Amino acid sequence: MSKRFGDFVALDDVSLSVESGSLTALLGPSGGGKSTLLRVIAGLEVPDTGEVWISGQEATALKPQKRDVGFVFQHYAPFTHMTVFDNIAFGLTIRRRPKDEVRARVEELLELVQLKGLGGRYPAQLSGGQRQRMALARALASQPEVLLLDEPFGALDARVRKELREWLLRLHDEMHVTTIFVTHDQEEALELADTVVVMNAGRIEQVAPPRELYDEPANAFVMSFVGPVNRVGNAWVRPHDIEIGHEPREDAHEAQVERIVRLGFEVRVDLVRDDGLRLHVQLTRHEADLLEIAVGDIVWVRMRVERTFSAGGEPTHPVPV
Amino acid sequence: MTRYGVRTLSLGYLAVILVAPVGLIFWRAFEQGLHPFWAAISNPIAVHALKLTLEITVIAVPLNTAFGILCAIAIVRHRIPGMGLVNALVDLPLALSPVVVGLALYLLYGRDGWFGHWLLAHGVQVLFALPAMVLATMFVSLPFVVREVVPVLREIGTQQEEAAATLGASALTTFRRITFPAIRWAVAYGVVLTTARSLGEFGAVSIVSGGIEGRTQTLTQYVQASYENFDQTGAYAASVLLAALAVTTLLLMTVVKRGDRSS
Repeated sequence: MSKRFGDFVALDDVSLSVESGSLTALLGPSGGGKSTLLRVIAGLEVPDTGEVWISGQEATALKPQKRDVGFVFQHYAPFTHMTVFDNIAFGLTIRRRPKDEVRARVEELLELVQLKGLGGRYPAQLSGGQRQRMALARALASQPEVLLLDEPFGALDARVRKELREWLLRLHDEMHVTTIFVTHDQEEALELADTVVVMNAGRIEQVAPPRELYDEPANAFVMSFVGPVNRVGNAWVRPHDIEIGHEPREDAHEAQVERIVRLGFEVRVDLVRDDGLRLHVQLTRHEADLLEIAVGDIVWVRMRVERTFSAGGEPTHPVPV
Repeated sequence: MTRYGVRTLSLGYLAVILVAPVGLIFWRAFEQGLHPFWAAISNPIAVHALKLTLEITVIAVPLNTAFGILCAIAIVRHRIPGMGLVNALVDLPLALSPVVVGLALYLLYGRDGWFGHWLLAHGVQVLFALPAMVLATMFVSLPFVVREVVPVLREIGTQQEEAAATLGASALTTFRRITFPAIRWAVAYGVVLTTARSLGEFGAVSIVSGGIEGRTQTLTQYVQASYENFDQTGAYAASVLLAALAVTTLLLMTVVKRGDRSS
């Protein structure tokens, strides 16, 4: 499908198929079209060309209320004048479900999203993380076929984010609802999703499981967006694919250690090569301890694996050097 | 020192411009005690004028409220070409003198007017009757609900409405359950202003009503007619009645504001 807003091309001939019950991430820089794609799936935007199919049914012309999707907005869009209970019950009460059934279902959801006892509060009286879980419960209440989340953890602080991620994973394992979420955070995408869709400038760059994405990026954009990377001439090298040694070697360059940062298990070393190129290297603590390097040391660096991509973006095979 | 200066100046200004004239009316109305006042406002012509004014208000205010809400939604939510023009047009009644409005209606609905000719041929009397007076009142009190609701609609954004849609709510349900509760205080505020403006309308109505005593004379026109007939007590008494209605709407406004703050 394609979608433009005036001169801006939000989706440029994009095609994507998502497996039932899977957890898929739409990953990319802002303005890359991922939120637009999510909104098109929900029916909040109409594509200029193309079709949307949900569970074997064409949904392109269906209004959002007929699509059986749950949508969690970036800022949660709580109904501010309703209590938490009424927020979650909304999808059920407008379907005129019996009161007892609504009450039972909402209590069940409150428990599921760990908001038990807070049903009588108003959204303004909740913390960011609680509001997010309320929005999730609201979206899940009428048991949608597809759950769509737009930057679900974007507005939360780091600790709450991590908690919620783990919690969302467990929830998905229990409910098995087909879930698609948008994120610009690669770590979030790699940790949560079983399939990651990398989007940039309105196009899909690659669709792959996290590991494949990291190990076999389809092009230079994916390589540089997913995971840290060094650019060496025309080639790309991951920081952990650079070897540091004290002995001179034919295939190695001389370099000076500029900075060492110890982050628990991981040690980051910044080097300046003799030709002026700056390199970032990742070592395990064990490797770093064995090397016994210090800032200012002259060492020898060698690329273990480097990748080159043709001008069209196609990868040429990784070259073990 | 400047603080006291500013206070004295603003209070003095209010006293001269607002309090003295209104106070004088009350004083004059009750100068000879309660009895003449009561006699003046309970005479059939005055009672009819009051009823007519209320009748016009009761028709004009709900119509303008419904239109105002629809118009505000159209301006804010729908990107229809020409909506900018509508937005500007809504303010016209604030800028245009009511006398001009009255004249325009006179030309449109008069015997030789575009609509008037056809309507008269079908037996509908607009001019010098209730319809024209309602139309004139609606014209001058049109902007208030729109102007109150537009900024609030902009502020609440579209996400709550979109969320309701994805949860299965129809457009009408979304309006009833989500949009309206969010704009209700703005609507209430707009209704109060519309009511106040409708009760006090004089210029446009006086041109299209004919001002026939006991038939097409509103309360404001009754005040003018009494004054011109040297019935000063009658004029003052009716004025007090208008002022009392205005004070009541102002009190309602305070209540509305308080509700707005607490929500």
